[in-house]
Amino acid sequence: MMRPHTESLVVRFIARRSVPFIQLFALYVVAHGEDGPGGGFQGGVIFASAFILLALTEGWGRGRSRMPEPVSDALMPAGALLYAGIGLVALLLGGGFLQYASLAVGGDQHAQHLAHHFGLIGIEVGVTITVAGSMVTLFFEMARPKHFLNVPRRRRRHRPDPDA
Amino acid sequence: MDASLPALVVVVPMLAAILTALAGRWWRRHAWPVALLATAFAAAGSLRILWRAVHEGVVLYRMGGWPVPTGIPYRIDLLNGIVLAMVACVSFLSVLWMRESVKREIRQAGQASYYAVVLLFTTGFLGITITGDVFNLYVFLEIASITSYVLVAMGRRREGLFAGYQYLILGSIGATFVLIGIGHLYMATGSLAMTDIAARLSGALVDHPSVVHTSFAFITVGLAIKMALFPLHSWQPGAYTYAPSSASLLMAATATKVAAYAFYRFAFTVFGTHYVTARLPQVMDGIMVMAAAAMVVGPLFAVRQDNLKRMLAYSSVGQIGYVVLGAALVNASAMTGSIAHFWNHAASKGALFAVVGIVVLRSGSPHIDNLRGLGRRAPWTAAAMTVAALSLVGVPLTGGFVTKYYLALGTLETGRGVLLAFILLSSLLTAVYMWRCLQRVWFADPDLEPAVTREAPWTMRVATLTFGAACLVFGVFAWIPVDIASAAARALLGEN
Amino acid sequence: MLEFLLSHYNYAIYIALMMIGLYAILARGNLVKKIIGLNILQTAVFLFYISIGKVDRGTVPVIWPAGERPPGFENVPYENPLPHVLMLTAIVVGVSVTAVALALIVRIKAAYGTVEEDEILEADELRDREGDA
Repeated sequence: MMRPHTESLVVRFIARRSVPFIQLFALYVVAHGEDGPGGGFQGGVIFASAFILLALTEGWGRGRSRMPEPVSDALMPAGALLYAGIGLVALLLGGGFLQYASLAVGGDQHAQHLAHHFGLIGIEVGVTITVAGSMVTLFFEMARPKHFLNVPRRRRRHRPDPDA
Repeated sequence: MDASLPALVVVVPMLAAILTALAGRWWRRHAWPVALLATAFAAAGSLRILWRAVHEGVVLYRMGGWPVPTGIPYRIDLLNGIVLAMVACVSFLSVLWMRESVKREIRQAGQASYYAVVLLFTTGFLGITITGDVFNLYVFLEIASITSYVLVAMGRRREGLFAGYQYLILGSIGATFVLIGIGHLYMATGSLAMTDIAARLSGALVDHPSVVHTSFAFITVGLAIKMALFPLHSWQPGAYTYAPSSASLLMAATATKVAAYAFYRFAFTVFGTHYVTARLPQVMDGIMVMAAAAMVVGPLFAVRQDNLKRMLAYSSVGQIGYVVLGAALVNASAMTGSIAHFWNHAASKGALFAVVGIVVLRSGSPHIDNLRGLGRRAPWTAAAMTVAALSLVGVPLTGGFVTKYYLALGTLETGRGVLLAFILLSSLLTAVYMWRCLQRVWFADPDLEPAVTREAPWTMRVATLTFGAACLVFGVFAWIPVDIASAAARALLGEN
Repeated sequence: MLEFLLSHYNYAIYIALMMIGLYAILARGNLVKKIIGLNILQTAVFLFYISIGKVDRGTVPVIWPAGERPPGFENVPYENPLPHVLMLTAIVVGVSVTAVALALIVRIKAAYGTVEEDEILEADELRDREGDA
């Protein structure tokens, strides 16, 4: 299974230094999702990949310590809450669910346009948070040391006793 | 508020699920009230929507304010109004019922997440029912399915894990088939909104008939897996048997019938009555054979089970046959019976699984012998079970009789009287396995110590009795479901 | 026949992938390998959707402001982006299904000590025969 960390100083150094750039790139992808290729899903996955890179080079524990379990557990519903919340606020302000234009402050067309932009960016950020949290959780839970297919065979409480 | 009710009915349970998942870590005790409030809102909202659908015909809601072929419409007519009310009310009653059961069957750290999954499950099935967009339907189908796999696997016994896995494999194949079917439909018509596809389909049938046929085949097989239509039911007994009692209750009363609704929607709204009767009559005949076989094979297996949950699971295999038979006969009377069965089966199967859950809570096991003496120690629970059993068999003055009466009428009207024999045989077998239960409930040897010594907690009792009372109400005041169902059937067949 | 297959090669590939996936799901006893089969099946569907979004000589569906399209691309049609968007959703769904499946397999491995289907069924039968149903 996963070794604690790689021996190579070069790999570890480069991986550590890449992390901020990966995260910055993730934000770039999110910010451009509105009118170009990119968006929340892609940005979230790229953001999470920074933590996965850390775990691959520095070991499971060092990677997880950068985003501990309570944090990633809270991020997943928090992003969804942001998404649903924006939709609901739009609805409460008299528009339809997720009708961003109704978020506008003031009635002119420019304000509506702006509201549309910010509404869209807002739900993209929500998606990013949820996806990043989910990806981090998925990776770290599946890769948890002493967890998966390397569990040694041992007699478990549930197993029927053939001698009984 | 009233105008955006169709969105809120789906969004509020989803929001509650998110909140429960977010805050459940610290406020474990608040998960149940939040879930109860959210499902109560959904139930009240869906009844209000059904009311509007009865009076206005169609309730239309545009997501994000987009016009129909561009955006996702939520479109509620009588058919999905009925199913929506069924799903929302069953979810509410199940959540009301499940508090004690969850405390006992789910480990403490997982309880808040369990409620979150239950709420997402409800969101998924409400979404399938309410949406007027085929791809949106697929997404909600997957939300509902994934949460079902999780619910099945959250039981205490390890068999539940493998049952959940088998359900996941078959369910994913089914959902993928639906997705392939939707892809072909999009390829042929270039649209995803149901009404828009229906309008473009006649043109597509001229240009690419085989693409449309392929689409229909994939969607039918995919949904048949989802609704556990014999012989594609193999995932169901294991899933219902090993799931936590509350999940069995919720799934048995809603899950497969919503897939059956999706089949109605695709066959009669998207593809259209003309398509299924004139272009592909053989397919409907084939589905009719499967439904008739299910009606007999399900009870036949149920008779031999000693595990109550497994018995009821096989019973559901049989009951889905009644729901599908009306669609396969393409006849207004038969379809009235089948659509009314959405409610009747939800009420009777809900009551029965609620009673079995109470037996599990009080005695620790769903073995049939644990029913002995139930009538003496827990008369309310036993009464609800009796009414539900009679309804399942189809005794007059219960909901089940209404279903069978209209189905029988439909078989005679379409000249397929031989199906009457299947209905009778199915009812007879149902009577046999229900008698095995009722005999232990009421006529057990008084010297034997009953396995259930106390009446259920009040939350469970209220929910169980409501399910039981619904069986009676739908039978005595049969015009309530029948009027709506026959209007829905006639609208689907375009006979207005 | 060959000409038909070659001109519809995207469908041929999608059907072949679908069959490989279904075969893996049905024929393999290892739970992880079944999930790999399921992923191949889903990938086949993604490929199918994306290939039907192809427009002949179409370009990336990013809208340029009017009059600013790069030279040589003024009259090129856009690809149909809708199937791509649908597949983005379907990929997320696929990831979720895979995640749930793997989580189940982790728990199955912990409870049964194996991820082979026949061994699990054997263990369940053994327990049923010992009579604690």
